[in-house]
Amino acid sequence: MAAEVGLFLDALALRAGYNSALVAVGAALLGIAAGGSGAFIFLRKRALVSDAVSHATLPGVGLAFIAMVALGGDGRWLPGLLIGSALSAAIGLVIVEWMARATRLSEDAAIGAVLSVFFGLGIVLLTIIQTLSSGRQAGLESFLLGATAGMLLSEAYTIAAAGLVAALIVLAMRRQMTLVAFDPDYAATQGVDIRRTDLTMMALALIVTVIGLKVVGLILIVALLIIPPAAARFWTDRVDRLIALAALFGGLAGYIGAALSSAFAALPTGPIIVLVAFALFLASLLGSPLRGVLAAALNGLSFRRRVHRRQGLLALARGEAIYDGFTLAVLRQAGLIRRDGVATLAGRAAAAAAVRDEARWDAAHDLAAHNLAEDERVLERYDGLTPIEEVMTADQIAELDRRLARLEAARPEVSG
Amino acid sequence: MGADFVQLSLTPIVIGTLACIACALPGNFLLLRRQALIGDAISHVVLPGIVVAFLITGTITAWPMMLGAAGAAIIAVGLIELIRRLGRIEPGAAMGVVFTTLFAAGVLILEMTDTSGVHLDVEHALHGNLESLVWFDATGWGSLLDGQALAGLPPQVLRLAVVTAAMALFIVLLWRELTIATFDTVFARSMGIATRAVGFALVVATAVAAVAAFDAVGSIIVIAMFICPPAAARLMTNHLPHQVLWSVVFAVLSAVLGYVLAGYGPGWIGHSHAVSAAGMIATVSGAILALACLFGPERRRTGQAAEGA
Amino acid sequence: MALPLDGPGLQEPVLIARAGDLVGLGGSDSPLLVRGLTVSYGRKPAVFSVDAEMPAGSMTAIIGPNGAGKSTLLKGALGIVPRLSGEIRVFGQPFAAARHRVAYVPQRAGVDWDFPARVIDVVLMGLYREIGPLRFAGRRHRQTALACLERVGMADFAMRQIGQLSGGQQQRVFLARALAQNADLYLLDEPFAGVDAATERAIVGVLQALKDDRKTVVCVHHDLSTVTDYFDRVLLINLRKVAEGPVGEAFTAEALQATYGGRLSRDHIEDLALAG
Repeated sequence: MAAEVGLFLDALALRAGYNSALVAVGAALLGIAAGGSGAFIFLRKRALVSDAVSHATLPGVGLAFIAMVALGGDGRWLPGLLIGSALSAAIGLVIVEWMARATRLSEDAAIGAVLSVFFGLGIVLLTIIQTLSSGRQAGLESFLLGATAGMLLSEAYTIAAAGLVAALIVLAMRRQMTLVAFDPDYAATQGVDIRRTDLTMMALALIVTVIGLKVVGLILIVALLIIPPAAARFWTDRVDRLIALAALFGGLAGYIGAALSSAFAALPTGPIIVLVAFALFLASLLGSPLRGVLAAALNGLSFRRRVHRRQGLLALARGEAIYDGFTLAVLRQAGLIRRDGVATLAGRAAAAAAVRDEARWDAAHDLAAHNLAEDERVLERYDGLTPIEEVMTADQIAELDRRLARLEAARPEVSG
Repeated sequence: MGADFVQLSLTPIVIGTLACIACALPGNFLLLRRQALIGDAISHVVLPGIVVAFLITGTITAWPMMLGAAGAAIIAVGLIELIRRLGRIEPGAAMGVVFTTLFAAGVLILEMTDTSGVHLDVEHALHGNLESLVWFDATGWGSLLDGQALAGLPPQVLRLAVVTAAMALFIVLLWRELTIATFDTVFARSMGIATRAVGFALVVATAVAAVAAFDAVGSIIVIAMFICPPAAARLMTNHLPHQVLWSVVFAVLSAVLGYVLAGYGPGWIGHSHAVSAAGMIATVSGAILALACLFGPERRRTGQAAEGA
Repeated sequence: MALPLDGPGLQEPVLIARAGDLVGLGGSDSPLLVRGLTVSYGRKPAVFSVDAEMPAGSMTAIIGPNGAGKSTLLKGALGIVPRLSGEIRVFGQPFAAARHRVAYVPQRAGVDWDFPARVIDVVLMGLYREIGPLRFAGRRHRQTALACLERVGMADFAMRQIGQLSGGQQQRVFLARALAQNADLYLLDEPFAGVDAATERAIVGVLQALKDDRKTVVCVHHDLSTVTDYFDRVLLINLRKVAEGPVGEAFTAEALQATYGGRLSRDHIEDLALAG
């Protein structure tokens, strides 16, 4: 084990040999490209289309092998296999789109059908190849789960170069991606061709899939497109940052996973990379202060208390009975009512403040209704809970109060 | 069609057919609920379930495996729901996160454990081994009446027969709950139908079908059986009971035709080796779906539904 | 002049009933009683602390701008979406105990009309409780369903695939399904949205007949110009309840202004045949 840890650290520092270093860099570039384009697909809610695309590569690999053998070649030449896989993946993608458009089947059914049928066809082709090569190991099984051990130098170069190209495309496309993912209608008015952007991103996902075949394998490559953006989503609400973070997470997963895999050569690379990506996801799910689980749980509880507190205060102010046990508990804990349910001094003051806040909000709505408000946007923050002090300046509130006072003077009897 | 057929081909065909029917039945409702990919997710997590069951029990007997896989499926669906809600992530992405991770974990554990003594490997898990489920004790058609030979049937036959019957029973008993909850969830809830429980029951049924079929056809091709026959059936009719019947017809057709093509097809074109039966079954089911997409009488959306889509 | 610190009703100490004491709810057996209902999607309340009470034999329109929580109010009352707080009584009982007396018509847009079902299959869904669990619809049930389709003028379409219907026809099928439930309280979510004039007349006719039969009808409604013609009560909400009562008292220009704010022009409000 100690030896493996040492190997892993060496690999992380790119000291585990030229091949390993190249594979680690390639996997990192692949991860960056996957995370970046995956973020876009994620935002367009089409994450699992890439699952169909990746499974659809298998028959292409098989056919390319058979074709190259038939032409007298080796059959294992990587670029040839990748071209074959790209072609069949593209066909799978076209079929998914066609089925969802031209028939009454929904996209998820089309994805599942293409995914499984292409995979089944691929398996049929693999069994044919096994008999063709009669004992000679074709090694195509490594495309299922990825294997970087014993990779040829030329293959490592191919992967690193293709990863670099894909990462550069993401970099070049990031503005367009952000626009389309954020608001397709607006993007269209800005002269961005939505369909072409979608297609480009799908093509990019396809390139990522094909490069990733040898490293991650076709069953799990989709994880590299889905998990990094899902993890990034916990940290930010902004599209551009989401894409950047997803690329970062993807790159990290690829790099660390490839390094780990070079230390544990017997294990398939794909699952390791996926599990590293998931570790990043899990950390984000639990720990992110913005949307993480812990933060959300605390927020949810405090929100519920705010609702009940406000509702209770308004009931107090109107002299209505409160029946809800939780409301009573919240008010009691805050010292706003006594054990016997009678409002304390603080409770009365808070109730009055809540009523005043309501009145101010009403006045603000009223101003807007008469088209007198300076800025109607503040009203969008009205949720029945936010104190008006949080969205308006003291001057604006003073203006509301003057208006309320005038109304009060004109109509001395305020109904409960 | 003599003794050889009974010994080598009859049981794989029967097993394949039962597996296809068992998957197609719940698949009808997965399709209508736009949950076709739940079948995808569940079938991927069967592998880790079986691996963990093996680690715990140390054997590959059927029932611990079934339990392990069904447990994994339920855990996976729970995790998907949890991640979807907690992270407010769309269901497709939540599914993708969960099933790839569990599958990766399953493969890794499998590779790290010594399973050399038992028949459990990644490849088998991925594309099954229908051809190996032969009936050694059979000597001809007469064996069907021979108690001793029948006792030597591959255990999958009985298991899949039970599971298929259970699926049929499930569909019939919960027919109205499934249809109402699928068509109009909000209305179903107002009627007091526990729509979540119905959805959960469907997921469990799917998991059981996936586990039972897994042995025969592996964890990925089983997806074809969940989706292709019901999808093709949907394009044949607008009446749900008919759709379910069509899906059974297509399931049987896929299994029988697929097995025959895989086993005898290469011989017809002068090739001596058979190809993967499971792969061929998926391919045939895909071909049937393709034909339904091109020629099915109800292949297009109509009226308001078409405008809305 | 500053606002008085003491709000109204705060001069005397307020006595509050204890938790679980539902004196305020138990006394009424009106078809629908809502107390302090708050429903929230995520962290934004959609309905905040709404009280409402529908008298028997009344026909009430729930009115308010888009996103004001009209549909959510119904769903919250039926327990279809979880309540953050509040109490509901249906004929004096918790909803679950009085479920058989309530028919709910959800928004037409909420379902998949491509579903492989015929018109009569949808109406038979309304007989779910009558048929009972683990049983199938019989001849008698089919006759009931056909009679309900007859009442909305759709009997000829019974065997039609639902995807082939127009929007108005779909809405009538939904209404027929509710009629099949033979309830005492009918809750309809936007029954007039996107339907043709003939359908609108047909639906109004059926609802009026229900009212004449002493049934209680509540509709989420969006067309202000027809409120006075179709309904005898209104409930105006925009997150909170703004006004509730007979059309003659509660459907006023002031209340509408308060409900819609700047989204409704003064001219438009003046055009409506309003009370007061």
